Amino acid sequence: ESLSTPSNTPETTRGMVQDPTQFDVLVMPNLYGDILSDLCAGLIGGLGVTPSGNIGANGVAIFESVHGTAPDIAGLDLANPTALLLSGVMMLRHMGLHDHAHKIQKACFDTIREKKVLTKDLGGNSKCSEFTADICRRVQDLD
Amino acid sequence: MYIVSLGGPKWWQQASRSVSISASLSRVESPPARADATFKVTMLPGDGVGPELMTAVKDVFKAGDVPVEFDEFHLSEVQNMASEDKLEELLSSMKNNKVAIKGKIHTPMEFKGELASYEMRLRRKLDLFANVVHVNSLPGYSTRHNNLDLVIIREQTEGEYSSLEHESVPGVIECLKIITRAKSRRIAKFAFDYATKKGRNKVTAVHKANIMKLGDGLFLQCCAEVAQLYPKIKYENIIIDNCCMQLVQNPYQFDVLVMPNLYGNIIDNLAAGLVGGAGVVPGESYSAEYAVFETGARHPFAQAVGRNIANPTAMLLSAANMLRHLNLEYHSHMVSDAVKRVIKQGKVRTGDLGGYATSDEFTQAVIANLAV
Repeated sequence: ESLSTPSNTPETTRGMVQDPTQFDVLVMPNLYGDILSDLCAGLIGGLGVTPSGNIGANGVAIFESVHGTAPDIAGLDLANPTALLLSGVMMLRHMGLHDHAHKIQKACFDTIREKKVLTKDLGGNSKCSEFTADICRRVQDLD
Repeated sequence: MYIVSLGGPKWWQQASRSVSISASLSRVESPPARADATFKVTMLPGDGVGPELMTAVKDVFKAGDVPVEFDEFHLSEVQNMASEDKLEELLSSMKNNKVAIKGKIHTPMEFKGELASYEMRLRRKLDLFANVVHVNSLPGYSTRHNNLDLVIIREQTEGEYSSLEHESVPGVIECLKIITRAKSRRIAKFAFDYATKKGRNKVTAVHKANIMKLGDGLFLQCCAEVAQLYPKIKYENIIIDNCCMQLVQNPYQFDVLVMPNLYGNIIDNLAAGLVGGAGVVPGESYSAEYAVFETGARHPFAQAVGRNIANPTAMLLSAANMLRHLNLEYHSHMVSDAVKRVIKQGKVRTGDLGGYATSDEFTQAVIANLAV
């Protein structure tokens, strides 16, 4: 039972930490969005798994992962592609390609759920290419 | 008093000694605490559940024979009990007593002709520039992250809450965020002094200087300058959005945090959420001369008024902190130990902590534990 409905950003922040399920869609100005989106990313596992999209008028949009460039692991086949992949899924939905979006998202989530080929940041030992190959295999199986 | 123009660091240290982290340093001339002397404290119940929480404090103090007498004032915008005269009366009481305990004065959303709320004006008139929130996990009440011990220090007289807004063109509002070198230095010094006094190891400044290059940039620069005067304390900085993320993933990396107004408001509430909510976190505000004790997450909690469900923990713990400030160590421990014991036992808990007890039942349980 939510005794107290948040009515401003600080209260929403507190509510988000205590019981995020009380929220569905939130809309807010720039600074609060910056803060709240990072906070919520922290709740679900960090920037390595959080997708995002920037929508403009007339269907113009840019989808991106918001984690850093990770120069220390660049070129070593170690990065977790989840954030960018799920951003790609958002893009497919934006374009109306819902079937494809659904398949890829399901494959990605199933791979993570199985815990067999996880990248290092998710607690596993697999390479980026191995993680990706597993997802590709699942997508093909779903066809 | 704080100094605007600077000489070298040593002069700064001597000259700004009056900016103390607690009013007790500037109360050298007041009589020492004696068991038969009663301290007078200004009490401002505020709106929402404030009055109920104050009753809890009074009941516990009475049961524990605490030598404190309260001067009560009722100032409220939503209950139409606000006026310039009332504000003046309250201020003169504060000036006499130096210490106050208060609930939140609710700020109505409608614009009633004055951009600054009574809450803000009180802060500015008393120059309560530093807000300190203690984020401590409660033994016996488990949350995602246990054994937390953070201190959040927030500058609360300028920044985004400067109440300077105007409509330059219809449909376009400009809202000014004010950051000054003087106030940034002052809060930074407060934070480092606090850390020194309480034996803390690290101070982290929270900002968004990559975007607000001049405003938060100045704040950050001031923090870095003051940090140099405290070589024993580690200084770091972190951007506000990353800070929020880190707080929910790994709050243990932080110790004392210092930040401007808006970020402080947000982080105070976030941190309260980490240890159990607005009902359990105490907080206080300081100026060079006054100390005001209140809850950490300020929320009048209007839905709970009259339903006897609000959690008195935060206000009772804050009242205990107030007693420590008055050098009534014994009584301070008596109250805070009783509260912690009740929570640890887990039998009597209010709804926000997952229990079914009323505020009264909780207060009675605390009183029962005072005698031990």
